Amino acid sequence: MSLIDTLARMEAVAAGRAQPRCTVRHRHLSRRPLVLVPLTTAGEAGAPLGALVGTDREKPALLAVPQPRDRELRFAFLAELAEAVLPYTDGFADAVEWEERKETDPETGKKVPVQVELCADAPQLLVPSGAGIEFVRLLGRSMRFRRTAEQEPEAPYPAPPHVPLLGRWLTHVGERARVPGSGLLLSMTDLLTRHWATGQSALEDQHLGALLSWIDPPPGMSGRAAAERAECARDADGQLLCPPAGPATDPAFDNRLLAPAMARYDAGLPGAEEALRALIEGQLRPTWDAVWHGVDLLRALPEGTRVAERWKRDRWSYTAHRDRVRAGEPPQPRQDDAVTAAQKLSARESAQARLDAQEALDDPLVMAGRRLAGEAFQGTVTAVEMAMSEGKRPMPRPLVTLRTDDRPQLAEGVRLHRPLADGRTQTAEFVAFEGDDEAAPVVRLTGGMGRGKTPEPGSVPEPGDTVCWTLFEHSPRGGPELPDPEDTPWTHGGPPPGAAGAPPDAPDPVTTEDFL
Amino acid sequence: MNVSRDGRPASAAPVAGRPAATPSLRRRLTELRGPGVRPRSLDARALAALAANPGCRRRALLDGAGIDKAALAQALGSPAAYGQSQFAIVRGHAFEARVTSDGGTELLRLLHERLPPGTPPPAPDEVATPDLSAAGPEGRTARTALALREATAAGGWALLRHPMLAVEVAGSPAYVEPDAVVVHPDGSWTVVEIKSFPMIDGAADAAKVGAAARQAAVYVLALEPVAGHVGAYTGREVTVRDRVLLVCPKDFSNLPTAAAVDVRKQLATTRRQLARLTRVEDIAGALPEGTTFDLRLGDDGKTATRPPEELAEAVEAVGAAYAPECLAACELAFHCRKRSREEGAVETLGRGVRGELGGLRTVAEVLAAAGPGAPEPPVAPGGPDDPAVVALRRAAALRAEALSRTVVPGPRAEEPGCH
Repeated sequence: MSLIDTLARMEAVAAGRAQPRCTVRHRHLSRRPLVLVPLTTAGEAGAPLGALVGTDREKPALLAVPQPRDRELRFAFLAELAEAVLPYTDGFADAVEWEERKETDPETGKKVPVQVELCADAPQLLVPSGAGIEFVRLLGRSMRFRRTAEQEPEAPYPAPPHVPLLGRWLTHVGERARVPGSGLLLSMTDLLTRHWATGQSALEDQHLGALLSWIDPPPGMSGRAAAERAECARDADGQLLCPPAGPATDPAFDNRLLAPAMARYDAGLPGAEEALRALIEGQLRPTWDAVWHGVDLLRALPEGTRVAERWKRDRWSYTAHRDRVRAGEPPQPRQDDAVTAAQKLSARESAQARLDAQEALDDPLVMAGRRLAGEAFQGTVTAVEMAMSEGKRPMPRPLVTLRTDDRPQLAEGVRLHRPLADGRTQTAEFVAFEGDDEAAPVVRLTGGMGRGKTPEPGSVPEPGDTVCWTLFEHSPRGGPELPDPEDTPWTHGGPPPGAAGAPPDAPDPVTTEDFL
Repeated sequence: MNVSRDGRPASAAPVAGRPAATPSLRRRLTELRGPGVRPRSLDARALAALAANPGCRRRALLDGAGIDKAALAQALGSPAAYGQSQFAIVRGHAFEARVTSDGGTELLRLLHERLPPGTPPPAPDEVATPDLSAAGPEGRTARTALALREATAAGGWALLRHPMLAVEVAGSPAYVEPDAVVVHPDGSWTVVEIKSFPMIDGAADAAKVGAAARQAAVYVLALEPVAGHVGAYTGREVTVRDRVLLVCPKDFSNLPTAAAVDVRKQLATTRRQLARLTRVEDIAGALPEGTTFDLRLGDDGKTATRPPEELAEAVEAVGAAYAPECLAACELAFHCRKRSREEGAVETLGRGVRGELGGLRTVAEVLAAAGPGAPEPPVAPGGPDDPAVVALRRAAALRAEALSRTVVPGPRAEEPGCH
């Protein structure tokens, strides 16, 4: 946590409510997100207990598994989930825009422009917390290798139709969620903690109820009191007033309410299934409402300028997976080969650098943090001296002197970047401090002034202007290109066996005994 | 992992080579618990958690004295949000029973797969499974030590299920119970830890594996003195392997799979932290005369009749080192958090926060130092030239400047859903 964020947290402690960490919203928020609030069975992997899912905050679909140890009931749950989620994810597939992209022509080997489809919008899944994202990944993994009766008529225990497809989509959004700044799958706690600093630790911020209590405490209550109440307060039966955001349930709920209700269901008592569904809904509904409460809070923030650019990358990601599904490609493998893994890591690293830069440029409060860290500086122009570069064709290289209170980590020749009014980035380099005064850096502009002998109007700041230079690049590029998977060097295990058209991963073996 | 600690004279306790608690200390600890209160068991998980926060004298004393922290927290009015779902317990037991049911054949097969290639596999009927039942934790510890000695001397494979080991915590013995220990024919021992979280495509939740590794490190630590004695007795070189076998369900089934986990790092950490734990004796000695954590349970044996203020005073008599990580590891954490927040300690916001704040200890001090025109504190830490104060002022100025430029819409004041 940077000092400026620590300070914001302390201000929140003193004020009794959360303080802003941002002045704009740094994540795309869909007009029609799909909210998914899952619950899982304690101690079991991939045995969902229930979920609320839907795009209409007033009418969530309740899915419940009255006995998670029963394979048929689990399958029924997954089939229902597929019915609730797939129409939503598929709903963005057909509205497309055309984009021009350079592709290598297979015959000539030249880069030629081609028109490709880009979906105009993309689905956005919202889950309550980081654990919810992990659960989506787990669900995806548990489903994508299943076989339906149509695919393999002979295999026992076929999965219901669409379940493997849902598994592939959940895997895709789960994988995409690891890319910094992406928006296909987001957790409400991550969204809220990005934009507000509470008066508690980052660990405690993982509790959605407590987090919301700090951001928007009920009237007459301090954030701290409301958060402590959300965490701990129990009713006369020992049940939490604010159930955990899942997917794990509260042990007291499991032991005192759920287990007896399941026993009644197992005994076949009339009304037992309805009672179980009501119990599960009672645990889910407060979290469902909390997620939408968070959506309201976030919508009140204006969207950052560069958010749409990042969302476009999500649309590319969605379009690419749509194409893979349509082309009948096999599900994502259990483990990535070396080249794919390296590509993903490198993509995430450059996404992180891009996100850091864009957030700072969109938001003076984020930029303040970078300025404090010595990665940017802002000041007033005190003097501009025209100068030309040496060489055959002298170009304008004006020297700009600033007055600043910031203390950037400058050394001679450090490259600097500044956004221009038209969205381009102007480069510059640090020359020296005027008269060894650390408050008066001199900067030589090196670009963004056009091709002429005189700089384009507006491209050189004038005395009295306030300018902000950053030491970091604004659109960082990725690392060197990686080889194709078929050319994986032996140092990294050689070409993966699947690369040569080997059969995709086999489904998980099913056993006659239902093991869970 | 049921573990017990006992205040009875430990004449038979084979806490090999370690000083047993002195009678005066035992008497003092009994006083702290209150008359007639049985000492609380302490498991390896709690031990690992204790070792994770060695600066906490409060926890060292309460755990060392075997005080029921959950009941204490309840009586103080800040109950812990602990407990385990019965579904998880049933599942955990069923899985462990499945892994160890067939005389250990499956477990040894899994272990053999993780050994260097070329190691001869154990035949099912060659594996000794000694009976370890005995009365009381000391008896079981002695029985375990004997079984380990015999199995090592015999030079074959042996599987010890739920052996009991003693480990010294802050000057008094605690008993821990690994899921299993395997004796190899070469005289080395392997700790086996059976967990019910899944290993999916060969990978398990890193946090859970880390916790299991810390727990296993406690077992390895507890085995080492026993190994020393067995080695001296049998004349063989006896080693406790620092790679433990972690057995988990495979993917989405309850078929077992296993991985060898290197616990050298956890072992070094735990050893260092346990050595750093202030001795319970010293902490107890520094308490005001007559301090006790006795809850004075009523006739039902559950309700505390002692006034919470009195208890709180007793708890305050020994210092705590609260950090938010405690919430997941200590039953008393909510109480300590309340106190810590009331004092405005900066650690309530996270352990790392202190690093940048120099000598400033409370939120009020930090905000005062950050604010313009605040009265200059007379002493050097927190003074105007303190680099932490300079940075804070700069941060506050930058933050104020950025916020003044834009109007941040406040949260909507509507009836919230989950409060």
